[in-house]
Amino acid sequence: MKENIVIIGGGIAGLEAACQLLDLGYKPIIIEKSDHLGGHVADWNCLFPDMTPAGDIVSALISKAADANIFLNTEISFVNKLQDSYNIMLSNGISIITRIMLVTTGFSVFDASKKEEYGYGVYDQVITNKDLEHWFNTGDDRRVNDSAMNAIGFVHCVGSRDEKARNSQCSKVCCITAVKQAIEMKQKFPEAMVYCFYMDLRMFGKKYEDFYISAQRDYGIRFIRGRVSEVSENIDGRVIVKAEDTLSGKPVKVTLDLLVLMAGMVCSQDSTKVANMIKLPLDSDGFLKSADNVADIIDSPKEGIFYAGACTGPKTVPETLAEARAAALKIHLYIMKK
Amino acid sequence: MIYQGKQKIWADYQKEIPDNHWFYVRSCIRQNFFPGAEKMFLEICRGLLKKDIFETEHHTTCGGIAYHCDTIPQETVMTIVARQFALMTEAGYENYVASCITSFGNYIEILETWKEFPELETRIREMLWKACKREFNKPKYVAHASDLIYKYRNEIAARAKFRLVNRFTGEPLKVVEHIGCHYAKMFPARGVGGAEYPYVLCGMIESWGGNVIDYPERRHCCGYGFRQYHVKANRGYSLSNTYKKFESMEPYHPDFILTNCPGCPYFMDRWQYVIAETEGKTYGENGYGIPVLTYEELASLVLGYNPWDIGLQLHQVAVEPLLDKIGIEYDPKEKYKGLNEKDLMRPELPGVLRCC
Repeated sequence: MKENIVIIGGGIAGLEAACQLLDLGYKPIIIEKSDHLGGHVADWNCLFPDMTPAGDIVSALISKAADANIFLNTEISFVNKLQDSYNIMLSNGISIITRIMLVTTGFSVFDASKKEEYGYGVYDQVITNKDLEHWFNTGDDRRVNDSAMNAIGFVHCVGSRDEKARNSQCSKVCCITAVKQAIEMKQKFPEAMVYCFYMDLRMFGKKYEDFYISAQRDYGIRFIRGRVSEVSENIDGRVIVKAEDTLSGKPVKVTLDLLVLMAGMVCSQDSTKVANMIKLPLDSDGFLKSADNVADIIDSPKEGIFYAGACTGPKTVPETLAEARAAALKIHLYIMKK
Repeated sequence: MIYQGKQKIWADYQKEIPDNHWFYVRSCIRQNFFPGAEKMFLEICRGLLKKDIFETEHHTTCGGIAYHCDTIPQETVMTIVARQFALMTEAGYENYVASCITSFGNYIEILETWKEFPELETRIREMLWKACKREFNKPKYVAHASDLIYKYRNEIAARAKFRLVNRFTGEPLKVVEHIGCHYAKMFPARGVGGAEYPYVLCGMIESWGGNVIDYPERRHCCGYGFRQYHVKANRGYSLSNTYKKFESMEPYHPDFILTNCPGCPYFMDRWQYVIAETEGKTYGENGYGIPVLTYEELASLVLGYNPWDIGLQLHQVAVEPLLDKIGIEYDPKEKYKGLNEKDLMRPELPGVLRCC
């Protein structure tokens, strides 16, 4: 069918929406600024709660979306509003006239160095959840010394639910990601002590609670309810973590070989850039504002502009995929009505 | 340790420090603890660097000690501070520099509070007028005196007679820097380098040739902590905090400790004697303690002032081993001679902590 549908962002939301639109007979256009598709999930190793290889999910989506028009290494230079449509100028010089855009610009990982007390970027043995997934994938990170891994810590809610970080929302996936990564580290280093420092454990998804219980029962991972107050480095280069165990009412100090910060999700700069170009509003949490957060999460307040995935707020992979399918159907119905 | 990571944070927390024309207020307690420090600040800024630093005998305490001991309400402290600002205004200055860290924190806290609650500022202005018929302008810039020495650190380095280098080994001296809690922990953007990795003292140490030690309990309180010490029943807690810091820095073998707070050098210096007497433990080389210096004392030493003219004989921990390392000459016989050759008398030597 002849209808230009522009999908901004080639992460899993954009890919899944493209797959559905291809099945419906359209030829969507994916614009991706990086040199590869799959977004953050392409950088991940395994997905909770069944340890599904992230690469398998991304490969299947890329394979199914292969017939879409895909522009890699391409950004939107500017967007002009015409009478009933938009003229999109790409950084590769191509111009596209469309009346339908699907924004799937996703999220950015919170810059953990902003939480200065945790020492990311200052102390050698402090990494983020994303860095750890990279290490799972490649084994390449000099900060992870696998010959001396006796104690590992995970800090939940880094840059999430944190007024000081100007990020009051929950990033939703960090709790279960920490449980997953803690189990993976325990599997790699069975003798290591593994600690999770948390505020609350938000195990809302299918099988999450089982996963969490398994982490304690089967792997002996210690969950300490309390925020980390400061991180420092001792003379051997190991990190010293101070926290409060709020359940026992006592301060805790542990020495670790690796500290993993569960950096949360924030609105990506790409989303903000697109929002500025098309004059889309931002919600109070900094993410793109939907027409309605209950009934119309995939509708923007502007006609012909739709959303899918984490550009409207933190989401899990299944939620993102479900939204992408819904957005594709919504676009199809929108075209049919015109 | 990733030094560039700290540099990135330091770059984020730089503050404007005007080069000249400051209204200076002293600390309530520093002249008793380290009597040369404030004198040397004025000597270096005015005498050597030819800066305009004004002080008046009419200024009082800022009320910070009582405020942090929970003994007077904040409105009272605010009115005292308003009077200090009135003295600055009357003297024709708009840059305000405090010798005391707690005063600095107090001024910043009050100015920020007035920004959030302007009706409170109006009330304080009324109270000041009723009390002493004075009016004030808020300072344009507020700095701690260590901010100024930090600002002038390269000028001092250019005139320095000594570098922070061990003359026996040729290695830079290993220096612990200890920042007063009220410097930036409350308002990180108001301190040079922020709250977690303050740069104000690091900058001096680096500029004068030393190496900074980062040790696990670097951020920990010196042990003073106001209510920890001033409430007599809590003094064991004060001591245990200091002990924790020294145990943490011990493996790094620091040559000395540099501080920018009235209480910190006092407690880290004097409690070493108490730890030695109670635990039989000393932290310096050969039974000595680790010398603790104020930034003014250190600036004076590198500039070549006589150690006994800047008050180092009033330290509990002997500074002579440090002076020997740097290569600063001193006359042991002159140590306890005051102004006009007055005999200050020799203190009794401790039983465990080695002193000169």
